[in-house]
Amino acid sequence: MKEAAARAPLTAQNYKSGYKPIWCPGCGDYSVLSSVTKALAMVQVPPEDVVVVSGIGCSSRIPAYTTCYGFHGVHGRALAAATGLKVARPDLTVLVAGGDGDGYSIGGNHFLHACRRNVDLTYIVMDNHVYGMTKGQPSPTTEPDWDSKLSPGGTGVRSFHPLVIALASGANFVARAFSGDPNGTAAIIAQAIRHPGFSFVEVLSPCVTFRPDQREWKEMAHPAPVTATDDPARAARRIMTDDGFNIGVLYAGKRKPYAAVTGKPRATVADLEAEFEQ
Amino acid sequence: MHARTSSRRQAQRAAASISIALAGSGGSGVMTAGTLLLNAAAKAGLYGLMVRTSGPQIRGGEAAALVRLGEAPTHGLDDRFDLLLAIDWQNVHRFADEIPLAATSVIVGDSDGGDAPDVFRGSGARYFPVPFKKTAKGIAGSWANMVALGVAGALAGISADVLTGVLRDTWKRSADALEANFAAIRAGVAAAAAIEGMPSLAARRKAASRRWFISGNEAAGYGAIRGGVRFVAAYPITPATEMLEWMAPALARVGGTLLQAEDELASINMIIGASYGGVPSLTATAGPGLALMIEGIGLAVGAEVPVVVVDVMRGGPSTGIPAKSEQSDLALAVNGLSGDAPRLVLAPTSIADCLATTQWAVELAEALQAPAIVLSDQFMGQSRAIIDRPADVACLGKRLTAAASAADYKRYRDTESGISPMAIPGTPGVAYTADGLEHTEAGIPSSQSRDHATQLDKRLRKLARHDYGRFWADIEGDGDGAVITFGSTTAAVREAVARAADAGVGVQLIALRLLAPAQPERFAAALDGVTQVLVVEQNHGAQLYRYLRSMYDLPGKPQSLHRPGPLPLRPGELADAILAWRRG
Repeated sequence: MKEAAARAPLTAQNYKSGYKPIWCPGCGDYSVLSSVTKALAMVQVPPEDVVVVSGIGCSSRIPAYTTCYGFHGVHGRALAAATGLKVARPDLTVLVAGGDGDGYSIGGNHFLHACRRNVDLTYIVMDNHVYGMTKGQPSPTTEPDWDSKLSPGGTGVRSFHPLVIALASGANFVARAFSGDPNGTAAIIAQAIRHPGFSFVEVLSPCVTFRPDQREWKEMAHPAPVTATDDPARAARRIMTDDGFNIGVLYAGKRKPYAAVTGKPRATVADLEAEFEQ
Repeated sequence: MHARTSSRRQAQRAAASISIALAGSGGSGVMTAGTLLLNAAAKAGLYGLMVRTSGPQIRGGEAAALVRLGEAPTHGLDDRFDLLLAIDWQNVHRFADEIPLAATSVIVGDSDGGDAPDVFRGSGARYFPVPFKKTAKGIAGSWANMVALGVAGALAGISADVLTGVLRDTWKRSADALEANFAAIRAGVAAAAAIEGMPSLAARRKAASRRWFISGNEAAGYGAIRGGVRFVAAYPITPATEMLEWMAPALARVGGTLLQAEDELASINMIIGASYGGVPSLTATAGPGLALMIEGIGLAVGAEVPVVVVDVMRGGPSTGIPAKSEQSDLALAVNGLSGDAPRLVLAPTSIADCLATTQWAVELAEALQAPAIVLSDQFMGQSRAIIDRPADVACLGKRLTAAASAADYKRYRDTESGISPMAIPGTPGVAYTADGLEHTEAGIPSSQSRDHATQLDKRLRKLARHDYGRFWADIEGDGDGAVITFGSTTAAVREAVARAADAGVGVQLIALRLLAPAQPERFAAALDGVTQVLVVEQNHGAQLYRYLRSMYDLPGKPQSLHRPGPLPLRPGELADAILAWRRG
């Protein structure tokens, strides 16, 4: 990551594009967008050196709402695209953003392997426990008894626990944030960007349209009572036993980030021919 | 049947090429022996190729190295094998169709291994037992496959010194064991003296320059690097894996990198991400992987990100026949995307051509900001050939990028050529969001019909207007009939066309290198004066025939000759078909 040197300090405003989001009034994602731009201003990395990569869903619309480079790909594959980009271009700061359906359902396998691989990415999931763009179907984080047209009476399937899965899979930084606290979320995202390796930030971001009950989250969210640990076993115990609304950095590990087998060329293209010659 | 002990030496038949099948159970060392035989043939100034075929087992199944050697470059297999040498007969009968023999052929088997299976003996070929295992046992530290190498090498007219020389060059074990295997090779050479009936190759030309010893997978990998690829993400799959295994260290040497992805969905999206970042990128896979990548390839079309996907085709559908060849992914490659999605589809016409075609695919993808699918196949990919060093090809295309702070920059600007400058992350003042959603010229998602029509036209136009030059097809020969083919089948068709010409029937050969976008004007020019066409391909559904009929005006009553893999189409049957077709 390059720090801006000669220019005036960048503000959150420098990272906001003029495009009007498609989100519903009251959507938590507005606040997450604001937190992302604030976090980038904290880190002071120029917008042209940042790429925001996303998949498909309401929250995945976020790249174009920033002045950074953006990549709005296909459903569930944001982490794969971001991994290729960051490994090929380690000089860039790469943020990945999306929702719970995109990241934990269709993209679930990439989530596991992105955590394992520990490429220096920051993954922000705006989790609202619902598919909003397709108008209200249960996602992996939806409660089993949540009634919907597609799954009347509920799915009957237990909810996915993204934080503990991330930890178990090797993510180097695990945090929970709440869109109702934009400054706190900004600080967590900035810390995630600065932390080497794969940083995972799960942001509880209510869907006011399909999950109006999530307005209650404001009452439920609370700061984590203890500071981050670098001990995964300890972090796992805390995450497994907390109430799901424990906000803060829950784990900040020391794993070495993915090191691509690359570097300065040691041979020319023509040198490679030698092995074919008789 | 036992060897005739007659001391009467038959006059050796002279041949332009000889074909040798080395077979045995997996792990018996036939692939090693075959590779060394081909290597030795190269040292002896011959051309040739070795095709690998094996059952599905990793160890213990049946395996065969199908070697053809000749004085001229040879890219395909012949009609019959002159020699079948089996180290053991365990399951080798499963190759009955893949190793056709003639009454003039020679079978060599282990003297303690029982008789040759009826499926081979039925040809009337003469059988000669050689004590491979007993000989190897008698020379401590030696292997039966080296005795077999001695026999096969000697029957191919290659000296013991050349055979032992290639073993020395590749040896990685103790010096004692090397000496033991030299003795095994010499024992094999001595045993070959009692074997009669093999044709001999005429005097060979001295190679003017150093020849190459290369597989299609390696050639494709090297072509990719020549074209500028510096990032590869891929998931292991037969028969593409060797291309990736060759590329991993090669990329590292030239400052690139290869990443093993968790699946093919990840591979394609990883290379799209890397290419979006400005680094030419590629993945390699086979049919099942290509099927998984289709959605991602569509993203590369819509977001206009150059990527190359090499599909080393194998038998399909589904998991199909993983280690054997078939040309049955053509329909998927030319049609298999959602929406109207112009893409590039290319096919190398030989093992050597895997290099140039893959390089061209990279340069076309880069220049046209579009995905390119390269249809190689198991026959070319896993075969190893002795070839002349391929000519250097001048760079045929580069990516058009946007300058910093370019005025009124729009990523998907509707230009005349259809190609618009691509901003590379890190470039200030031109940041944009690449999108698989339909978009405006500026890249903002749009569902308006006007934007959709503009961008559809732009993406079609950039591929349609490009001048693909003379590389689009190999066109050879003369006649009012034309045989149209693609990929590895080209070798057999080329040979068949030559045989038909020898029989007095001239036909044209058109081997398509660029399958999509279709080239109606060039095609019409190539068919000027042609009244009949025959389409030859290795699949069950006549995919090329149907594709050509949908894209081009074909004269007369177009004929189709198609057969599924894994049996290769052979030059003799194709020559017969051409003669029957032309003589009506």
